[in-house]
Amino acid sequence: MTKTEVAPKSLCLNDIRIFRDGELLLELNVEVRPGEITTIMGPSGSGKSTVLSLISGFLPSNFSFEGQVMLDGVDIYQLPPSKRQIGLMFQDPLLFPHLNVEDNLMFGLTAEGSKAERCELVAKALEAVNMAELGARDPMTLSGGQQSRIALVRVLLSNPKALLLDEPFSSLDSGLRNKVRNFVYQQARAKQLPTLLVTHDQDDAALIDGKIIKL
Amino acid sequence: MKRLLNSIVGLSALTASIAFAAPVLADEVDVSDWSSVVKAADGQTVYFNAWGGAPNINAYISWVGDEVKAKYGVTLNHVKLDDTASAVNRVITEKAAGRDEGGSIDLIWINGENFAALKRKNLLVDDNWSEKLPNYAFADVAGKPTLTYDFTVPVDGQESPWGMAQLTFYYDSAWLETPPTSLDALAEWVEANPGRFTYASPPNFIGTTFLKQVLYGVVEDKEILRNPVVEENFDAVTAPLWDYLDRLKPNLWRKGEIYAADTTQLKNLLADGEIGIAMTFNPGEASSAIMAEELSDTVRSFVLDYGSMGNSHFVTIPYNANAKAGAMVVADFLLSAEAQARKADEQVWGDPSVLDVNLLPAQGKALFDSLKRGPATLAADQFGATLLEPDASWAMKLEEEWAKRYVRAN
Amino acid sequence: MGQALRTRQLMKTQKFGRGDIFAIAPAVMIFVLTVPLLAGLIGVLLPAFGYFPSLGGDHFTLQYFHDVLHVPGFWHSAKLSLWTGVATTFVSLAIVISFFASFWGSRPFQRIVRFISPLMSVPHAAAAFGLAFLIAPSGWIVRLVSPWATGFHHPPDWLIVNDPTGKALLFGLVLKEVPFLFLMGISASSQINVEGRLKVAMSLGYGRVWAWITSVFPALYKQIRLPVFAVIAFSSSVVDVALILGPNHPAMLPVQLLRWMNDPMLEMRFIAAAGAIYQLGITVLALATWWVGELVVCYVGRRMMISGERHQNDQIFRNAALIMMGGVVLVSLLGLITLLIWSFAGFWRFPDVLPTSLSTMRWMRVSPDMLWPALNSINIAVVSTGLSIALSIFCLENEYRRDLTVTSAAIRILYLPLIVPQIAFLFGLSVLLVRFGLDGSFWPVALTHMIFVLPYMFLSLSAAFRQFDVRYLKAAASLGATPNEVLFKVRLPMLLKPVLFAAALGVAISIAQYLPTLLVGAGRVPTITTDAIALAAGGDRRLIGIYATVQTLLSFIGFLAAVLLPKLLFPNKKYFG
Repeated sequence: MTKTEVAPKSLCLNDIRIFRDGELLLELNVEVRPGEITTIMGPSGSGKSTVLSLISGFLPSNFSFEGQVMLDGVDIYQLPPSKRQIGLMFQDPLLFPHLNVEDNLMFGLTAEGSKAERCELVAKALEAVNMAELGARDPMTLSGGQQSRIALVRVLLSNPKALLLDEPFSSLDSGLRNKVRNFVYQQARAKQLPTLLVTHDQDDAALIDGKIIKL
Repeated sequence: MKRLLNSIVGLSALTASIAFAAPVLADEVDVSDWSSVVKAADGQTVYFNAWGGAPNINAYISWVGDEVKAKYGVTLNHVKLDDTASAVNRVITEKAAGRDEGGSIDLIWINGENFAALKRKNLLVDDNWSEKLPNYAFADVAGKPTLTYDFTVPVDGQESPWGMAQLTFYYDSAWLETPPTSLDALAEWVEANPGRFTYASPPNFIGTTFLKQVLYGVVEDKEILRNPVVEENFDAVTAPLWDYLDRLKPNLWRKGEIYAADTTQLKNLLADGEIGIAMTFNPGEASSAIMAEELSDTVRSFVLDYGSMGNSHFVTIPYNANAKAGAMVVADFLLSAEAQARKADEQVWGDPSVLDVNLLPAQGKALFDSLKRGPATLAADQFGATLLEPDASWAMKLEEEWAKRYVRAN
Repeated sequence: MGQALRTRQLMKTQKFGRGDIFAIAPAVMIFVLTVPLLAGLIGVLLPAFGYFPSLGGDHFTLQYFHDVLHVPGFWHSAKLSLWTGVATTFVSLAIVISFFASFWGSRPFQRIVRFISPLMSVPHAAAAFGLAFLIAPSGWIVRLVSPWATGFHHPPDWLIVNDPTGKALLFGLVLKEVPFLFLMGISASSQINVEGRLKVAMSLGYGRVWAWITSVFPALYKQIRLPVFAVIAFSSSVVDVALILGPNHPAMLPVQLLRWMNDPMLEMRFIAAAGAIYQLGITVLALATWWVGELVVCYVGRRMMISGERHQNDQIFRNAALIMMGGVVLVSLLGLITLLIWSFAGFWRFPDVLPTSLSTMRWMRVSPDMLWPALNSINIAVVSTGLSIALSIFCLENEYRRDLTVTSAAIRILYLPLIVPQIAFLFGLSVLLVRFGLDGSFWPVALTHMIFVLPYMFLSLSAAFRQFDVRYLKAAASLGATPNEVLFKVRLPMLLKPVLFAAALGVAISIAQYLPTLLVGAGRVPTITTDAIALAAGGDRRLIGIYATVQTLLSFIGFLAAVLLPKLLFPNKKYFG
């Protein structure tokens, strides 16, 4: 079943069936439009993180699947993970501890343009989130909230075509959680990225008006 | 990634090549044309296999290395051996493996049965090379018969003399007033002072020499020893030797369960006060050790009253040596007045020279005149008779028999 | 289903591209670990049975096996090797286990852990020399108590070092094997839940020691079984420590083998080969004896565990364990200090506790002589460790990319070079190398060292790789980094500390190697270690002190670099401490 009339820049999971050790784990059929935030919810073990692994290209070898994953009209299984242009955010910010904040952000940029131009981009991105002075800092010295926001900026700087969020707020305490959550959703909408969110927290889903898929 | 690999390989190759660079030369060396030898030697690396158990000797060889590098452009690498037999073994193995050129040993410090083994198998450079070395002209061939007959084997110019050896005993006069100078007196002293005497276990060269020394003292007819061993008589001839050693055994150091390893250990045991009498092949060793602060300055030497074993030691070149010219240049340098005088200097090594001082030009003579004899070194006339080495076959039989009797049986 | 399979296959190659060079790494590793071993064993089996054409042996015979049995002292040496192998392992393991059981997690434990790592960097020759200088009748301990307590003005005529029953040898080996098993135990314990098990057992009323032994030891032992076998194999066939501390008449079998291998009489090479086969047999017998011992301990242990005895009165046991463990550390340190003092000593008469003067004269005189061997030691260590680390990293990265896990069979292959006695297969290997003119130069020696460094590198790094949070790698890949960029820009920099620590360990192991350098280098590649052991017989304490100190320093520098380099390369980064 091919959907040829979908808007460009959508993330489509067409007739996906995932098997673990040969047994059917889950079935999924969903189209995520640009700027839409679709939530996948379910108890642990239901396979929600597996869906993200499938899309990003890190499915473990005891899993197999049928179906198609299309991003911007392209079957992304032709591409290795590094070329899929999919942004990942995890539970932990995972900033590279051996690089400072600036270098972490530059990690996602391609080699286009001169070094000066890339530094310019990074500086602008930091300014836009009011963290311009943190450029030369050791990421391990930043607070949890600051690290999460830098992590998102890092993802956005790599020009992704879709955003996958794997319980990205659960390690933050509630006050911070709101702030970071809103920040992420706002950026996703602003950049018109189809976003897939995996969470077990009801509040995460309640604040968006996108589809909710329950596994 | 590739660059990293390349630089690692490059760096390792560079360091490795520093470690064993040796241009392979496949030509024959004509000793009579000395200048051609010196020319060929320039840039060669000579692997000198020599016993490495004495630090002062190692330091001397290091000095030799510096000198030949500066004077002749020869790099000398001292391969320290535990036992010269392993170098002999290596040459034999290389011959068996067909390695007739580019062998791994260029020069060996050698004498006695080891030399006999290699000469017998034609594994040495012949052509009488040692007699054609420029400095051989100054060797005291007339006064030192052991320079031309190594144990009982004619040298035939296949090894170049290096030093003289004389079995000498030494002791600490602070504890021992009059040392025992006869075999009987020694045995009595050992019995009266249990645990204060030992000798090196054969086949170490000083151990085997001790056996030969005692044998000379107890054997009925000394002349027998200059001839090869006759199997049928061996037990009868050597019976008094084993009786003597049996007499010593229960009162030896460690009750004869273990023996010393070599001259260095004997020296250190004396320094620690574990034994009262030690022995060495180098008459200058005790004085040398005193100057190096290893022994107390009350140490003195003595020899046994009926004479002491004496021989010469040499350097030789295997037939398949890679750097023959370099080896000859080194051998000639070892014979030079400068090298021999420094060797005889008790502050360095104390090993007696093989040169006849009277044949030297004034410069060389002066080097020897300035040498002082240390307090523990006997004067030439105090040495008594020199007992010549027996036929090489005796050493092997004695070592075998000793092992049978004194090494723990099954 | 067919489509799923196809998709899966497609998926596998799409993840990382076909046939990148990492794929050959496991093959290379297996080659390095097994081929020289097999070649060496063949090289020793053939002469043992009489086949060695270039030496005149061209038909098979059992003659040499016969001859070895009739060498004076053979049975005694063989029994002693067997005994040393089993006893060393038993004593070392007992000390380590008693200490773990008594003090796990407590403050004395942390203190000892801090000492153990540096102790690992002390090469066994240096440790053995230090011990010899301590316990000899003219050694430091006797000097400390003479003449006031003992009345000795001369050293007593006691046979301590080189004693025929091998007790000094046992002591010297235990000094090195205790830290080794200690570290293996610590690293193995990270794979089993020690705290949880202890809590359960102690809540059932078991005394602390007995709780540890019943709930943790069985699981821990399973993890350290292979290192234990390596200790058995090593102590039953060790040459360098035996040369320093072991009996001389007759010598231990491995030492005797070394002498036969160098004997000028050609026939002895056949006898040496036959002897090496016997040595293999002795090691196998030692392993078999241990295995029987395991069964016995299992049986007895199980009965004791079910008996219900709580064994809460363990204070005496714990004190004893502390004394033993502390004793090992103390004796090792004292030995090193003694070596250092002797290296600077002027005239030092018995029974003085300290030398009458100190001087650097000997250091000056000896340094030029030490330069070439020291350079060799360093170069060989750098090459063998560098290659091993690269190979291990490639293998581990390959494992990650292809989603494989290391099987237990693979781990056993890793341990093969550590369990087959060095003296046996290295002799065979050197015989083969002589035939092809490959012995006696730098590269064969460095590559042979690699065989013994590689297992430890791989084990050490695989723990680090396994514990690494792979989400960093996924984040990097999704940001556009190719797999190679992910390895070199993210994983390796973050693993710098474990990699440097593994490198330091590798350098220490290479510096300490004696037989590989001696046999494969044929005397043309002297290292600090071969030169130091050549001095053992002469007993020149000052010189030995200098060489052993330099040997230990070279080893130690690796660990120092491992601690300092991260701070230098990544200044001000909290992650690198």
